[in-house]
Amino acid sequence: MNNDLLYDYIIHLGDSSMILGQRLGELCGHGPELETDIALTNISLDLFGQVRNYFQYAAELLGGGKTEDHVAMLRYEHQYKNVMLVEQPNNDFAYVIARQHFYDQFHFMLMQALVNSKDERLAAVAKKSIMEVEYHLDLSTTWMKRLGDGTEESNRRLQDAIDHLYRFTQELTTPTQTEKQMANLGIGPDIEAMQEKYYNDLHAVMEEAKVSVPANVVFQFGGKEGRHTEQMGYILADFQFMQRAYPDMKW
Amino acid sequence: MNKEWPIWEIFIRSKNGLDHRHAGSLHAADAEMAIQNARDVYTRRQEGVSLWVVESKHITASNPEKSGELFEPAKDKVYRHPTFYNLPDELKHM
Repeated sequence: MNNDLLYDYIIHLGDSSMILGQRLGELCGHGPELETDIALTNISLDLFGQVRNYFQYAAELLGGGKTEDHVAMLRYEHQYKNVMLVEQPNNDFAYVIARQHFYDQFHFMLMQALVNSKDERLAAVAKKSIMEVEYHLDLSTTWMKRLGDGTEESNRRLQDAIDHLYRFTQELTTPTQTEKQMANLGIGPDIEAMQEKYYNDLHAVMEEAKVSVPANVVFQFGGKEGRHTEQMGYILADFQFMQRAYPDMKW
Repeated sequence: MNKEWPIWEIFIRSKNGLDHRHAGSLHAADAEMAIQNARDVYTRRQEGVSLWVVESKHITASNPEKSGELFEPAKDKVYRHPTFYNLPDELKHM
């Protein structure tokens, strides 16, 4: 196996967590309640912790003195391989929760499978992350139910968020060429095989939350191959500013 | 309608075998959220192995104005402390 392929796979794993972490980080100081603010930024920190492990590994594969910061901060938009779901903005708290839950359902399954990766480094990252991700899933599940089964307005807002974000869910369990090859090598899981359980679990929560599954959805794909929604450039403008303006800066 | 979430008192047990101790308070809409919030606010640095939450309104506190009649009378009754026993030197932690 060549290192480029593994690098591409690690980048994809790290980018989805990193961009979601960045979105959650935007809420620091702006959460609807102090306690919720802390909860969301905690999740962001968990995700960035995982990303560091992925990107330290990726930097080693690159060699030439590259560091995790180079990997994280200094790529162009089409070189980021995150799913499009996590780019979507914090329109309101219901969007934050729906986006989180759509991702957590998949992320937890992914970590459960990645623990068995033939790549020891990736298996170790998954092992370290799995309980964090399980908690993220717990938190977003209770919030889905609380919002959906809350007031008329909270239900309407959650349904609105779901109607908007649902189109980005199928990308999670639709493998790219890279993911297919990683599955063949026993490094990554067969994510296509997770699709049924993903939607079963997700729809069970949505039913309890008294929100409906959108009909006639045109699913969107491309983020994992570097084709992003219009949100991505704005995120990178914020995210990369310091490294671009002051390359190799130290904190 | 009161839009503020109620206040909850948070108790943390730091190790198995120790008692739960009051750690502070926070806002939450229900008990489950109070546990999750307490986890995020008070146990980020491995402070605990168990959490109790109780809505503050369920705690009845003693009246500070009555602290005289409640606590003063115990002051001059030193004999209530078992301090008049001779302890053998080998006995530690008493």
